[in-house]
Amino acid sequence: MKYVLMFVETEQFAKDLEAMAPADRDRAYALVGQWMATHTDKIRGHSKLMGPHTATTVRLDQGAPVVTDGPFVEGKEVVSGFVEVDVADLDEALGMARTWPGCPVVEIRPLES
Amino acid sequence: MTEPAADELARIVREHAGRLAAVLVRLTGDFATAEDLVQDAVVSALERWPVEGMPDRPDAWLFTVARNRGLDLLRRESNHRAKLAQLQWPLRTEPDDRLRLVVTCCHPALPRAAQIALTLRVVCGLTTAQIARALLVPEATVAQRITRAKRKIAEAGIPYRIPTGDDLTERLEQVRTVIYLVLNEGYLATADRSHSQRLVGDAVWLAAFLRELVPDDPETVGLLVLARLHQARADARFTIDGRIVLLADQDRSQWDRAAIEEATALLARAARRRRPGPFQLQAAIVACHAEAPDWDSTDWEQIVLLYDMLFRLAPSPLIRLHRAIALSHTRGSAAALAEIELLAGDLDGHHLFHAARAELLRSLGGTEAARAADERALGLTANPAEQALLQGRIDWAGETNPIG
Repeated sequence: MKYVLMFVETEQFAKDLEAMAPADRDRAYALVGQWMATHTDKIRGHSKLMGPHTATTVRLDQGAPVVTDGPFVEGKEVVSGFVEVDVADLDEALGMARTWPGCPVVEIRPLES
Repeated sequence: MTEPAADELARIVREHAGRLAAVLVRLTGDFATAEDLVQDAVVSALERWPVEGMPDRPDAWLFTVARNRGLDLLRRESNHRAKLAQLQWPLRTEPDDRLRLVVTCCHPALPRAAQIALTLRVVCGLTTAQIARALLVPEATVAQRITRAKRKIAEAGIPYRIPTGDDLTERLEQVRTVIYLVLNEGYLATADRSHSQRLVGDAVWLAAFLRELVPDDPETVGLLVLARLHQARADARFTIDGRIVLLADQDRSQWDRAAIEEATALLARAARRRRPGPFQLQAAIVACHAEAPDWDSTDWEQIVLLYDMLFRLAPSPLIRLHRAIALSHTRGSAAALAEIELLAGDLDGHHLFHAARAELLRSLGGTEAARAADERALGLTANPAEQALLQGRIDWAGETNPIG
């Protein structure tokens, strides 16, 4: 089955990352790189999003399209990236998410086939 | 054919429904359909057996009804139908089938309420109506929880598989938590909730069932012993008109001594594995009470010690509260009250905190403060038997101290 693992950043996580010494930050990125390498046979694609300050939202449910600055939910948790994986079942996707070394929240969604 | 009593009926359904569901899920690979077929068979059994009498082979009866219903319902060209049509009695059960069933019902990707409803329905063979009555929620809510859970199992790809290694350890913990919640729901039920009281029996059965599947797991034994010790003393906990009888005042001749002995022996054997856990410790604490011939000979020193161990494994303010209550019997009310006051920040919203405080205050002569604490407790519990008990204490304090 195919799933998307959505990586969710919190404000605290973003702050912590920014406050890190460059060497520590490099180590954190290296862990993510390692995770990607470990699961490379299951990963069909991955992307990192730019920060929420770059987001623009268009609402189509209020008559004419309304364009606003920012993500569609103003919140402390924002999606910061995703990978699409092809695995046997939810347990295998959960196993991947459990070892994710990056941001503190991961949402798993199956893809419609 | 004989006429079955309600308890007997529940026992027979419990024994066979889960087994049948387990086989049907394995063969068809379709959890939702298999589960529906078994549920339909159980519902017609509960309608027909009391009228027509118990069939000689209830398991074969359930199988035939489920199979025929499946053949009626499923489309002719469907793969499941073909598999069902080939199915012959007697069924070949594999030992792993039922473990697979229960770990799927308790998958962490399902909400807790759905795990409980699914386990009761699929593993114990309760009907949706029985679950609703026992949990005091509308039948439509239970039905919706089950429907949503089955949809999620199918659509999110929750596997019908026994996890391995650490994942299995974690999943068994989930299953035990579900069984523990079922036990609590039954244990806390007052006499006017006879439908809920059946849940103690369901929890005992589920724990015994899990132990059969993972015999080497001491925490599962701990849970089973805990459930059995509650069951053995259930009759003494309420008066005929439904009022709570406190442990100190219970008529211990109503306790099932044989069941208590059997349960504590089981716990002792599990303890020899030297892998203590929260359920074994809780069971050991309850065993201290259950083995005491009367209130005065309760081994409070041992109970305080066990609470210390429990707190180290699973720190929580409620465990500290219970430890402090035990401490009042070894070091006196003042020492216990000092401990309890430290928990005010964590437990201010909990009725047990105020009720325990009231009792200690009363024993230290603080009648008015005790009364105020009882009133706080009264406002925080929704359990009618607990309300009656607290109201009684407040009234009684008022009568003996009319100047107030």
